[in-house]
Amino acid sequence: METNTNEKLKKAASEALNISGAEAVIRCLLAEGANLVYGYPGGAIMPIYDELYKFQDELHHVLTRHEQGATHAAQGFARTSGKVGVALATSGPGATNLVTGIADAQIDSTPMVCITGQVASHLLGSDAFQETDIIGISTPVTKWNYQITKASEIPEIMAKAFYIARSGRPGPVLIDITKDAQFEKFDFAYQKCDGIRSYQPYPTLVMDAVDEAATLIAQAKKPLIVWGQGVILGKAEEEFKTFVEKSGIPAVWTILGLSALPTDHPSNRGMVGMHGNYAPNLLTNECDLLIAVGMRFDDRVTGDLTTYAKQAKIIHLELDPAEVNKNVLADVVLLADCKISLKALNDRVEEKTYPQWLQRFDELDAIEHEKVIHSDLNPSKTGLTMGEAIAMINKHSNGDAVIVTDVGQHQMVACRYAKFNQSKSNVTSGGLGTMGFALPAAIGAKMGAMDREVVAVIGDGGYQMTIQELGTIFQQHLAVKIVVLNNDFLGMVRQWQQLFFDKRYASTEMVNPDFVTIAKGFQIEAKRVKERKDLDLAVQEMMTSKKPYFLEVCVEKEDNVFPMIATGASVSDIRLE
Amino acid sequence: MEQKIFTISVYTENNVGLLNRISAIFLKRHINIESFSTSQSEIKDVFRFVIVVKMTAEKVVKIVKQIEKQVDVIRAFYHTDEETIFQENALYKVKSSALFEERQIQNIIKESHSNIVTVSPEFFVIEKTGFRNETEQLRKDLEPYGLLQFVRSGRISVTKAKMGISEILNTFKNNNK
Repeated sequence: METNTNEKLKKAASEALNISGAEAVIRCLLAEGANLVYGYPGGAIMPIYDELYKFQDELHHVLTRHEQGATHAAQGFARTSGKVGVALATSGPGATNLVTGIADAQIDSTPMVCITGQVASHLLGSDAFQETDIIGISTPVTKWNYQITKASEIPEIMAKAFYIARSGRPGPVLIDITKDAQFEKFDFAYQKCDGIRSYQPYPTLVMDAVDEAATLIAQAKKPLIVWGQGVILGKAEEEFKTFVEKSGIPAVWTILGLSALPTDHPSNRGMVGMHGNYAPNLLTNECDLLIAVGMRFDDRVTGDLTTYAKQAKIIHLELDPAEVNKNVLADVVLLADCKISLKALNDRVEEKTYPQWLQRFDELDAIEHEKVIHSDLNPSKTGLTMGEAIAMINKHSNGDAVIVTDVGQHQMVACRYAKFNQSKSNVTSGGLGTMGFALPAAIGAKMGAMDREVVAVIGDGGYQMTIQELGTIFQQHLAVKIVVLNNDFLGMVRQWQQLFFDKRYASTEMVNPDFVTIAKGFQIEAKRVKERKDLDLAVQEMMTSKKPYFLEVCVEKEDNVFPMIATGASVSDIRLE
Repeated sequence: MEQKIFTISVYTENNVGLLNRISAIFLKRHINIESFSTSQSEIKDVFRFVIVVKMTAEKVVKIVKQIEKQVDVIRAFYHTDEETIFQENALYKVKSSALFEERQIQNIIKESHSNIVTVSPEFFVIEKTGFRNETEQLRKDLEPYGLLQFVRSGRISVTKAKMGISEILNTFKNNNK
């Protein structure tokens, strides 16, 4: 009986006579379980904001301080919650300010629905006030986009938007709604979308390919698993762990794959790519079988493709057909959601160990430890290192925190040293490399995982790109922890200038404001640490605080991040100094 | 790798903006499109794009996958000239006086198997359907007589192999009953 009543209630909410398009948008969001949206009002989206006012008990709107912040917050929310993030903006500049976040979500496969207001349909093309062709502008960076000019289109298009954003390889969808369609009254009925005839998000796994993959795995003497975000997006962490443990194969990760397997899992052998670990990069060119799971062979991972894993057979577990053989030719392709392909592989893989092969990892790890890690984490010089700041966060988070990073040196150091016990804990801008991502993304990350500590680790450059979002944190009383690793430089660019441009530090030195005073201006508790002896207590105080907290760690000005593979170099040419 | 002419056929839904979405895929990769045409296909409400490009076989595979990845695209294919039957259409506008004063022009029309579409006191319009070299030859032949306007359509083509679009749509219909 109770179920029946619930069903009836549900139905009532998804049907309503003679309501406005704007109200329909809100009802669609609620029907999709989206009761949290990030946005910024303006002329062309005012009817929807008026409905937000009426529905404020059901739907929480977070006013960011810039539309870009709304997209990054929606992304952060999506990354920690696994749900679709939603961002709202008005037409014209409101819409164009979303573009960076949309591009970021597209390249990092983050499910997001953006809703923009548009000038009334009779004004389209007239260069009206705040008119911009956001459909045209966003086309190359959206998974799908659509302009609604009639209220009656809203339910079907919104249902499609959420379905497309979350299904298959997730991505951003933009829905542009003209102002007259928001005002127009119609009879509303909502039905969730469960398929589109021109769109097949889940290819069927070919079982012969699974057999071939199992044979290659059985024959391999030096196999290597490289995993990416596909494991997290496919909710395949358990299947992946089983695969790693049963097969006994060492596993290494791309930056977006980080946290899918706990950092201290014995088979987790570190990061690949430009600033990845020594062993994973060198052994990519020594393994005889490379098993790529939910990763896309990005150029920051592979370096020079003509010398990348040429000696190895390649098995590619991938959901998106367009990623198959795009950068690296695979010998066997398992085209499916990796939750399904890993399960199928697990049934066919023998339990095995590779003591000699693992010995190679240990040897190389020892070299990296001696040349890089030891001095990063236990420096003998006076200045603080980024590495020891991250290690201190580990000490006080026990690896349970979500770490949100921006882009640059601090990001690489954080990903190299941060400890993670559970999945969906590493939120960063990978593919697009969007400076300014971390602070707003941390807002969403926290709201997507309210029971967890969220620490945003940001450089002094990126922090100032979206620093205004301190206002959002203040207004929302969000207990986000912010750590700025301040070297008074755009550190990564400066490092490249040092190494490749004869130390011509063009526009990379930053004369910074007093970050502590700024944070305090937003009523956020704030501290600055300059000396090693104060770091432990300061991080402890931050991590135990129940409120937002800002910590500036002044680090050595001209430290470099190593190991490093120069752009276009082979993974074999990884440098330790 | 050698660059070749490929005909890309794309079956899509009929949505505003899809043309932009498809052409953006070429733009992103700095690829010049040789010709582009779109029309209703053999299936109701399904549109067909015919895009001609010059590129390597390796690149065309990747670009077709990117096209097919678009939500509103049902299927995309690529074919070499040998695998398709293709034609272009051209219109030639010439002064009417030339038709009556220059007898040679009537021979050109006859020999090129082109047709006169319309004749008015000021001008007449010739139409020719064929391969690029044929419409091009006619253009050269007519040029001395004063070509007022010349226009050539993009390539339209059908493939020798089956496309199976109806099957895809029917499978979807049956699975979603």
